[in-house]
Amino acid sequence: MTQPGFLDLLSFGPDGWAKALLAGAWMTILIALSGYTIGAVIGTFGAWAKISGGRALRVAADAYTTVLRGIPDLLVIYLLYFGGSAAITAVGRLFGSEGFIGFPGFLAGALAVGITSGAQHTEVFRGAFKAVHRGEIEAAIACGMSRALRFRRIIAPLTLRHALPGLGNVWQVVLKESALVSITGVVELLRQSQIGAGSTGLPFDFYLIAGLIYLAISTVSSVALRQAERHFNRGVRRG
Amino acid sequence: MDWEFTRETFLSLISALPLTLALAGTSIALGAILALALALARTSGIFALDWFARAYVFVFRGTPLLVQIFLIYYGLSQFPAVRESLFWPVLREPFWCAVIALTLNNAAYASEIIRGGLQSVPHGQVEAARACGMPRLMVFRRVVLPLAIRQALPGYGNEMISMIKSTSLASIITLMEVTGVAARIISETYRAIEVFVVAGFIYLAINFLLTRLVQLVEFKLNPHLRQPENAAAAVIAGDAR
Repeated sequence: MTQPGFLDLLSFGPDGWAKALLAGAWMTILIALSGYTIGAVIGTFGAWAKISGGRALRVAADAYTTVLRGIPDLLVIYLLYFGGSAAITAVGRLFGSEGFIGFPGFLAGALAVGITSGAQHTEVFRGAFKAVHRGEIEAAIACGMSRALRFRRIIAPLTLRHALPGLGNVWQVVLKESALVSITGVVELLRQSQIGAGSTGLPFDFYLIAGLIYLAISTVSSVALRQAERHFNRGVRRG
Repeated sequence: MDWEFTRETFLSLISALPLTLALAGTSIALGAILALALALARTSGIFALDWFARAYVFVFRGTPLLVQIFLIYYGLSQFPAVRESLFWPVLREPFWCAVIALTLNNAAYASEIIRGGLQSVPHGQVEAARACGMPRLMVFRRVVLPLAIRQALPGYGNEMISMIKSTSLASIITLMEVTGVAARIISETYRAIEVFVVAGFIYLAINFLLTRLVQLVEFKLNPHLRQPENAAAAVIAGDAR
């Protein structure tokens, strides 16, 4: 049996892995997007707690960001994947089921990525909020805007504008972190490459392809982010 | 919380600490050398070197570390030429593969930090050194590098912490460092929370010490930002008068 060449692996033909790898890449994007969204929600609350929460909330938010930025992401994935399985198994036993119930890998992965990126989101949002001029908020109060209206029309759009570069960085980190989710057995890009490497005996080719696809995704997203930054800063005077 | 189990877990995780520190220490040390070379290539003004450094940073920052580790550990063994070469005893070892991947990855991030430091050195300082008659190498060694290190240190400290965290990926290629042992205990006992707390505590302790160490070095390197002690005493005496 002859081994397929590098380009054969990339084709859609019988020897080709293109379809499987694209499906894997799609799964990677899905995990990254879900994790990123969860992180953004956590980050919004975290930043709110740090800025205008009471003492207890502030201490909790500080502890959260300190801990999550000090421990490896892999450990968080292990905690959620194994801890979640143990919890579900315990709950299942209460309802009379026997044996082990696995926690869905996708959910564990997305949650883990979300919880770790939430710490970074918190800092990004907090910094961006601090960059909003006091005068803008005071002007909104002077116009008689209610709290909710003020948040929706003034604070949120301005904070988002300042946060955009930081949010872009967090997205790139999340994208790369999603590769760790492969250890839970979710067939994303890296796991699919492992499967391909195992069944063809061509690990170098497959991991090289995976690397190139990651590079492509991150390049496309950095271009998109630059466009978005230009779009949201179009009203800003420069120089 | 089961204290007996927690104590046992702590003891087995602590015994894996030397491996984590060896991985981090070796790759930070080797990475610093490579990063300095890359930063010098970026600022050299020589087209080929500049673009090589740019491409290197782009590739290593754009792909996940785990892919880089797999590419080196599993990928290179695909080629018979590698398996027969004299590097094979090194490339066969998961430890050295992890160190190589961490070093290459670390160098990409650190080179950008060092480049920022090098570019922040005020031009007047370099001109003054040249005017004193220092040769280029001496200017670099006595003026540019110390100032650049001082400027780059806070960012470099963050990179070292992220390096400590990254060593956990070595557990995926069978190295039993702290995270590897933690994963083994979790999968044997399914007591994720206790193990997580203990392992998390160990990492936080390392990173806390590291942050303090970087702060100490920063303090030592910035004598011009400190109040001289007798000046402070004079101010207090002046207040008293």
